[in-house]
Amino acid sequence: MVGGREVKLFGMWASPAVRRVEWALKLKGIEYEYIEEDISNKSTDLVKYNPINKQVPVLLHHGKPIIESLVIIEYIDEVWKHNPILPKDPYERAMARFWATYSEDKCRSAAREVFFAEGEKRVKAIKCLEETLRALDEELQGKKFFGGENIGFSDLVLGWMAFWLGVSEEVASFEVLDPNKFPWFTSWIDSFLKVPAIKENLPPRDKTVEFFHSYRRLHLAAPKC
Amino acid sequence: MAGDQELKLLGSWASPFVIRARIALNLKGVGYEFLEEGLGTKSELLLKSNPVYKQIPVLIHNGKPICESMIIVQYIDEVWAAAGPSILPSDPYDRAIARFWAVYIDDKWFPLLWKIIIAKADDEETAEAAEQVIAGLQLLEEAFEKCSKGKDFFGGKSVGCIDIALGCYFGWVKAAEKMAGVKLLDKEKIPLLMGWAERFCSADAVKELMPEVDKLIEHGKMVRARLNAAATN
Repeated sequence: MVGGREVKLFGMWASPAVRRVEWALKLKGIEYEYIEEDISNKSTDLVKYNPINKQVPVLLHHGKPIIESLVIIEYIDEVWKHNPILPKDPYERAMARFWATYSEDKCRSAAREVFFAEGEKRVKAIKCLEETLRALDEELQGKKFFGGENIGFSDLVLGWMAFWLGVSEEVASFEVLDPNKFPWFTSWIDSFLKVPAIKENLPPRDKTVEFFHSYRRLHLAAPKC
Repeated sequence: MAGDQELKLLGSWASPFVIRARIALNLKGVGYEFLEEGLGTKSELLLKSNPVYKQIPVLIHNGKPICESMIIVQYIDEVWAAAGPSILPSDPYDRAIARFWAVYIDDKWFPLLWKIIIAKADDEETAEAAEQVIAGLQLLEEAFEKCSKGKDFFGGKSVGCIDIALGCYFGWVKAAEKMAGVKLLDKEKIPLLMGWAERFCSADAVKELMPEVDKLIEHGKMVRARLNAAATN
């Protein structure tokens, strides 16, 4: 094990952005101290280390903070070089980063739209989300993982779709993860969730469902300015 | 094109994202064929090379497309590592800082600038966005002080990742000022950045790429008109 007291992670149990950092740490066998943040009452430490957006995850290495989950994972990969997360070849690296960016730019917002939309807006939002699934399904053709035979950077970043998207479907009563429409993608979900570092590091499903129910209720109840 | 490498860049003169890729190629002294995409049109090659986003810039290296400006910049830095100064710092922590600021600039800061550029008439939202753009620049002023360590650029002696990420927008900041009648670049609030901006725009790798502000204003008005027309349809 490497790391020890020199690595700390500020997180929140339900956050997919935090989990993907934990998956990276687990894949490398890096020991770390985990600090759970109460998002409604942020610690002075969190605000000190991330004054700009005051969000988790924040990784602290030798007391120096690193922010933004994708940036944190690349940092982890560069400092601890064993069990590489990003490929060596520059073109493969660009592709890995591309799909990671796609996850954050398109997939997350599409899923969010569906989660909070109602009526006609929801129908439209589901179409957008399905478009992203189509693109991901196409990219996976012939591959077990986005990273090839083993999980890599894009898998970790897209990993929220393997668990949190299913939770969203249940909470907001919609269905997009259709193995007939997206056979490669749904197969990827199964394979991804079987990887020990992932399987052993997921939030409890019922607790997550409950959390997202309240999160959705709060958001829908908020006055629209 | 010399050598056995085929390098094409699909782009447009006005796009800050395209400028990023061109600065990176200039820093490494790499020759390439520039294919200009017209406003409102998408070539067959663009649609084929970037079917997911259908957007410029796209770098096509020996037939293989690379998309997304900061991904392209890192790709160039890695492939032509020995050909010119490093664009990303060598220390992993400094690299993380550089990547963080690139994300901040694109995800948090630029959308505010864009709001000002496409705003219909002067309204409260523009004034608020302007305040936030200035606040962001003040954060970047602090970042500049830390990263530059007294040297000319965020990257130190030479143009680096954050310089490219932020500097590419400079023409548009000036255009936004004129289009919306707001002051964003204030020497009193961001003295270090103002000095940096001058050095950046006159750097060899950059100087011929920065578009004229008047042309950007014209272009911005066209984009704004198209967006507003699309919104009402």
